[in-house]
Amino acid sequence: MNKRHFLRATALASLAIAGSTVFAQDNIFKIGLILPMTGQQATTGRQIEAAAKLYMAQNGDTVAGKKIQLIIKDDTSIPDVTKRMAQELIVNDKVNVLAGFGITPSALATAPLATQSKTPQVVMAAATSSITEASPYIVRTSFTLPQAAVAIADWAPKNGIKKVVTLVSDYGPGLDAEKFFKDRLTFNGGTIVDSLRVPMRNPDFAPFLQKVRDLKPDALFVFVPSGAGAAVMKQFLERGMDKAGIKLIGPGDITDDDQLNDMGDGALGVVTSHHYSAAHPSAVNKKFVEAFKKANNNLRPNFMAVGGYDGMRVIYEALKATKGQGGGDALLAAMKGQIFESPRGPIFIDAQTRDIVQNIYLRKVEKKDGQLYNVEFDVIKDVKDPGKAR
Amino acid sequence: MLTILFDGIAYGMLLFILAVGLAVTMGLMNFVNLAHGAFAMVGGYVTVLLMQRLNVPFLVCLPIAFLTSAVLGAILERTLYRPLYKRPHLDQVMFSIGLTFMAVAAVDYFVGSTQQIVQLPEWLKGRTEIGEGAWMLGMGHYRLFNIAVCAALTIALQHILTKTRFGSRLRASVDDQRVAAGLGINVNVVFLATFAVGSGLAGLGGALGADVLGMDPTFPLKFMIYFLIVVAVGGTSSITGPLLAALLLGIADVAGKYYIPKLGAFIVYSLMIIILVWRPQGLFVRKGGKA
Repeated sequence: MNKRHFLRATALASLAIAGSTVFAQDNIFKIGLILPMTGQQATTGRQIEAAAKLYMAQNGDTVAGKKIQLIIKDDTSIPDVTKRMAQELIVNDKVNVLAGFGITPSALATAPLATQSKTPQVVMAAATSSITEASPYIVRTSFTLPQAAVAIADWAPKNGIKKVVTLVSDYGPGLDAEKFFKDRLTFNGGTIVDSLRVPMRNPDFAPFLQKVRDLKPDALFVFVPSGAGAAVMKQFLERGMDKAGIKLIGPGDITDDDQLNDMGDGALGVVTSHHYSAAHPSAVNKKFVEAFKKANNNLRPNFMAVGGYDGMRVIYEALKATKGQGGGDALLAAMKGQIFESPRGPIFIDAQTRDIVQNIYLRKVEKKDGQLYNVEFDVIKDVKDPGKAR
Repeated sequence: MLTILFDGIAYGMLLFILAVGLAVTMGLMNFVNLAHGAFAMVGGYVTVLLMQRLNVPFLVCLPIAFLTSAVLGAILERTLYRPLYKRPHLDQVMFSIGLTFMAVAAVDYFVGSTQQIVQLPEWLKGRTEIGEGAWMLGMGHYRLFNIAVCAALTIALQHILTKTRFGSRLRASVDDQRVAAGLGINVNVVFLATFAVGSGLAGLGGALGADVLGMDPTFPLKFMIYFLIVVAVGGTSSITGPLLAALLLGIADVAGKYYIPKLGAFIVYSLMIIILVWRPQGLFVRKGGKA
């Protein structure tokens, strides 16, 4: 009998404790940040984590009476892991918002969970156009590859580049970049000589680059995930392709601010189109870059960092707008249609597509104060994702 | 076309030097060492860090990479590997794959997971071109350098294994440890030296490969498959087997990616399947040895 009493008492006590934690949680707003912190895409995770923490340091960790708690999980860029972590975050930690997502497959793997649990999913990095269509709860603060690729396809033919070979990594964003670049370039009177797709885990770019060299195009259009760009750039130069009169163009992933300085002077003069450069000449950006460098041992923020920084802002503003009361649907509604000045320039979360609308800049690698930077020389204003305008 | 052949040979040679140490431990010492790639990574990172942080010239880094990995190999052989020689292969696999994961995590923690970029000296960066049109041969100087180093090493290894006293002691120790010990051969020392050299070769391979293959903490896992294919196809009982296998695979990989880019990544595997169906023990098997 004693034993039964004891059990009952324990059960009651544990219920009471559980109840009180639920009560305590009421004042905590949890953001589950799933990022690749190790593995090939680790630079993405590192940049976004640093940016998110910077935003919290600058704007305080209490919003509308709620204390913001950031739960960071490392998915190592494996979609199965991302999905499991998202599940844990939703069920065990009861997060209010899911955020992060370094690569497209990770974002897509989580989409059904976001829909089911009505949790807003803020995509801060992954850039395949179709991601926002995978769930009505996805909001994106990074960019889409069609957005970035189309601008350079407009620029190229006007600058004497007619024949182009494309070289992309064989996965969602790569195929997006290839398709939209090709369509726009052909529309502008250029021709695609050949389209090469490189396996995701490719040890040596030699055969592909040699093929390009033998095809003798005016330019090579490259998209590889952030991090692998430096290897392509180096082999491109070592193969003497610049001397053979082939230019290197592409979306800005290839001259990622994070790695640009390590690439050496060979990168000078490479023209890319992208939404963010650490050298973007605006007061907001200067402040952002300085604060970021100061907080992170002189690390330069790249386009991933700005996606994370703005993502945090979108979440903060949504929480403010709902006065800390709303659930997933209310938060989502407050995220849609946000307009503000980001370090990259003015941006806008399109209420229909929940995707980002932003300026795309044409940039050239130049030397400033002994360092390499993507210096912007032209801008295409308010680019909506061309992948959505069907 | 010649350029493709050249790039293929250079790539194959690199694979060979990365895998030959594994052929030595796995074939000669009969130990399944899946941590081989971790030793290669040590060599690669030693080179990268010495060059980036201390500005040590590239050519000085190579012997240092070899020595560091060799010493590390020797220490681990003495402390961790030796008790496992008599254990079943599954234990060896579990142990060495665990060691690999530890190495990956350690590098990730101490150096960071960014891809490291090596800046080669100017004289290795250029490129020489001979001939015209389809028969043009373009040789990257660095690839040429790789081929030369690997060729020299192959000859040296082959000589040590077949012509020297140490080679015959090693072969005797492998074939029958008890009899070899009875003849006065110190089997432990022979194995220690062999394992150290095998690890050192891996380290040198990592150092040479850092520029072409890239260096990040997942290196041992990313290239483990390639090492294993080279050793499986070449057989584990000689140096020439893995050499020819590596060359064949390197050329097939590069040519496949050039001529049929759509199938590119799969060519190596198809080739391996065909060869292993045809000769399950590998291309070259020493008669009478334990294969």
